[in-house]
Amino acid sequence: MSQTSPHRYRQLRNEADRRRREWNESALPKIHIGMATCGIAAGAQETRAAFEEALAEAGVPAHIRAVGCCGHCYAEPVVIIDHPQSGFPPIFYPEVNAGKARMLAKLFLKEGDPRLEHILGATVANDLIPSVMEFPRFNLEHRLIMERCGRIDPEDIYDYIAEGGYEALADTLGRGPEDVIEAVARSGLRGRGGAGFLTGRKWALARAAAGPAKYVICNADEGDPGAYMDRTLLESNPHQVIEGMIIGAHAVGAGRGIIYVRAEYPLAVRILTRAVEQARALGLLGQGILGSALDFDIEVFQGSGAFVCGEETALIQSIEGFRGMPVHRPPYPVAGGLNGRPTLINNVKTLASVPVILQGGVEAFRAVGTEQSPGTAIFSGVGSVVHPGLVEVPMGTSLRTLIFDICGGVPKKKKFKAVQIGGPSGGYLSGAHLDTPIDFDSLAQAGAMMGSGGMVVMDEDACLVDVSRFFLDFTQKESCGKCTFCRIGTRHLLEILERLTQGEGREGDLDLLRQLSEDVKAGSLCGLGKTAPNPVLTSLRYFQDDYEAHVKEKRCPGKMCRPLIAYYIDLEKCARGCNACEGCCPVDAVFITRDRKRGIDQSKCVKCGECVVACPPEYDAVRRVSPPHLAPVIERPPAEEKDPKS
Amino acid sequence: MTESVSITVDDKTIVVAKGANLLSASLANGIYIPHLCYMEHLQPAAASCRLCFVEVDGRSGPVPACTVTVEEPLTVRTDAPAVRRLQKAGLQLLLSVHRVECKNCPANRRCELQRIAKFLKVGLKPGKLAQRFKQPEIDASHPCLNYYPNRCVLCGKCVHVCRAQHRDVVLTFARRGFDTVVGCYGLSGSSAPSCRDCRACIDVCPVSALLPK
Ligand SMILES: Cc1cc2nc3c(=O)[nH]c(=O)nc-3n(C[C@H](O)[C@H](O)[C@H](O)COP(=O)(O)O)c2cc1C
Ligand code: SF4
Ligand code: SF4
Ligand code: FES
Repeated sequence: MSQTSPHRYRQLRNEADRRRREWNESALPKIHIGMATCGIAAGAQETRAAFEEALAEAGVPAHIRAVGCCGHCYAEPVVIIDHPQSGFPPIFYPEVNAGKARMLAKLFLKEGDPRLEHILGATVANDLIPSVMEFPRFNLEHRLIMERCGRIDPEDIYDYIAEGGYEALADTLGRGPEDVIEAVARSGLRGRGGAGFLTGRKWALARAAAGPAKYVICNADEGDPGAYMDRTLLESNPHQVIEGMIIGAHAVGAGRGIIYVRAEYPLAVRILTRAVEQARALGLLGQGILGSALDFDIEVFQGSGAFVCGEETALIQSIEGFRGMPVHRPPYPVAGGLNGRPTLINNVKTLASVPVILQGGVEAFRAVGTEQSPGTAIFSGVGSVVHPGLVEVPMGTSLRTLIFDICGGVPKKKKFKAVQIGGPSGGYLSGAHLDTPIDFDSLAQAGAMMGSGGMVVMDEDACLVDVSRFFLDFTQKESCGKCTFCRIGTRHLLEILERLTQGEGREGDLDLLRQLSEDVKAGSLCGLGKTAPNPVLTSLRYFQDDYEAHVKEKRCPGKMCRPLIAYYIDLEKCARGCNACEGCCPVDAVFITRDRKRGIDQSKCVKCGECVVACPPEYDAVRRVSPPHLAPVIERPPAEEKDPKS
Repeated sequence: MTESVSITVDDKTIVVAKGANLLSASLANGIYIPHLCYMEHLQPAAASCRLCFVEVDGRSGPVPACTVTVEEPLTVRTDAPAVRRLQKAGLQLLLSVHRVECKNCPANRRCELQRIAKFLKVGLKPGKLAQRFKQPEIDASHPCLNYYPNRCVLCGKCVHVCRAQHRDVVLTFARRGFDTVVGCYGLSGSSAPSCRDCRACIDVCPVSALLPK
């Protein structure tokens, strides 16, 4: 039977190659539009409609193709135009709105002028124009898992096959399951769902568990606020994940697969459902996959979106139709999971790594990253960075390189203050940690964690007390309510943090925070409660000054906590007669001073900060101070002088 | 015949059946470990009250005794400092959301919270924590039961006995996080009569948070 798999695969590959050749040989221009959720949110639908309309008007035939997301979120909507007849290489255009699309249709696609002032660069090295590979955002990345994202059409299985997709599966089916597990184990791959458990070991345990009816579950719950790499992978290249699942099923001996994806990801659900149907139609799922003895099929399950349902035991409860509450482990899912059966649960990125490892070879995979954390890490970098987006870097890359070189550093000449890594379960690191290598163990040692790969960069204006309050607000709302420490303890942590940000901190609050955090960590049942205090503990450790200032001086160093700040107008800078701030104040707190400048009535001001935005940059006269009594007193003239016109 | 294993709990050697639950075995041998949520027949244990912590040689940090299955000889300490600290912290958390009005409470003197506080030699006080109560004080939406959210310790026993005894489950957890309560959503016309003859949840509640109307 081992001969049939390669043979069946060859047939699919030949068909895919034929289609690819036809596409490549077409002399028509090809327009690739990034249409994952992020692209659509930035207006990619309108961009596409504009191209279609303008090309029809100009009478220029062209191929328009929706691709996934290439990770360059700051540049959405992203369009890549390959116009062979123009003589230019394929060009990457950032921020192509409908207007730019019409312009490009006319000037580039019709008349052959690529409008170089609008390009980011060519996608390949060439002699005519600079290539995007000259930017650190491109050349410091190392794409193993996301390599095909944004290049292929996620809704066309042949596009994936033409790139070598499913070849690893065809190979694997001819090898014994133990062989496959051994290769995954040797690769040193660790689970990308957060904890970094060795995938090979998990697979071996699942294989060893008794019973014919086993499951493979792909965990695509992705509930961390700000994390979206799993969504991007599923929307841009679903087949790589599906291929990883089928290989997993072969390795552990499972017959059924479930992709648990949150219902808030409608596009991912649609694309996955379609991908599963296509795979089934080509004999890559179902009975006797590619002519082998493997029977395996996948169903897409929509979760209702609770963060805790990403925890593996709660996820299983949720599939079984119960309330998503974690269950004590052991038994681990590999021994007794869904319906009591051995169940292999892996994260989207873990599964997507498997075909890469098996196709490219264990050594090639291990050559990237570090000894203990081989391969790449995918981060969604957001917050105070110039180029937010998804980045894939070798494990071991320093935080400094990631933040300052790849993400472009902190904008507006502000100073870097902290980086929060690992989502609500992670922790903060300070400037002293910028040389920490990004890998499972180094981050954990520093007090943060890899988590799901969320990264929020904060500048000098951030208040760590307030950001911790934000994360605790999230975790305490998302606690399932089952166990004492997490259910009640996180609420008390939140209340203390709220008290601090309102200037009502008391002596002893910091000790109470610390003590309670340790108790919640030690006492909780599942990972949610065990990690929820991390933001508090790490900010207390590395940014204690922020806390002390709130308690002792009622001062917010980041000037973020409203009850602890005041706005005033610097009369030296305020321009007579300008009325920008007065007009924008929602509560009429801005008055006119005796010499026709402006002042803020502190008793009325609600500290919305609108006047800061409104004051023209050439005056830049509105100041923010903390504590509030630092604002100079500017007297309000008696009422009759107030309106100069009357 | 079942195999037996001998284990050491606080320097006392006890012989238990292989596969026995550590909490249950300790209790049966006269070694008290504070606990609220453990139920003999529930597998795996709910492990939600987080009070039955013990230290087991070879394992790092305190573990809930109700989650330990005795497969081999063990050395266990039920009174280690880290254990006591967690138990007191857990009790304080529970008391921060509990109306301590023992005189007017039907559970007075047979209440598990009173027993645990007495055992740990602490008062029925939440320490430095603020008290937070739920509204309304009584949920009377069930035809024959009243539920007192500010007495309930959310041990879940009532939910489990209900699930074990009735095909149409009446009691479930409702809401999330701090606001979690026991509720009777989805109460169908046919299940109310069965409640009239069944007092399982009332009997199992350690703090009299469920009472007949
Ligand atoms: C509160 C909580 C939320 C979690 N959310 C996710 C998630 O969204 N996606 C995920 O893959 N793993 C999540 N996990 C981790 C899973 O429990 C599990 O470890 C993971 O899916 C295993 O896959 P891996 O071995 O590939 O990492 C979460 C864990 C906890 C405690
Ligand atoms: S730690 Fe929190 S989320 Fe986890 S079981 Fe306990 S209450 Fe539920
Ligand atoms: S009502 Fe009683 S039995 Fe039910 S969860 Fe609350 S304390 Fe436990
Ligand atoms: S009895 Fe063990 S956790 Fe409740």
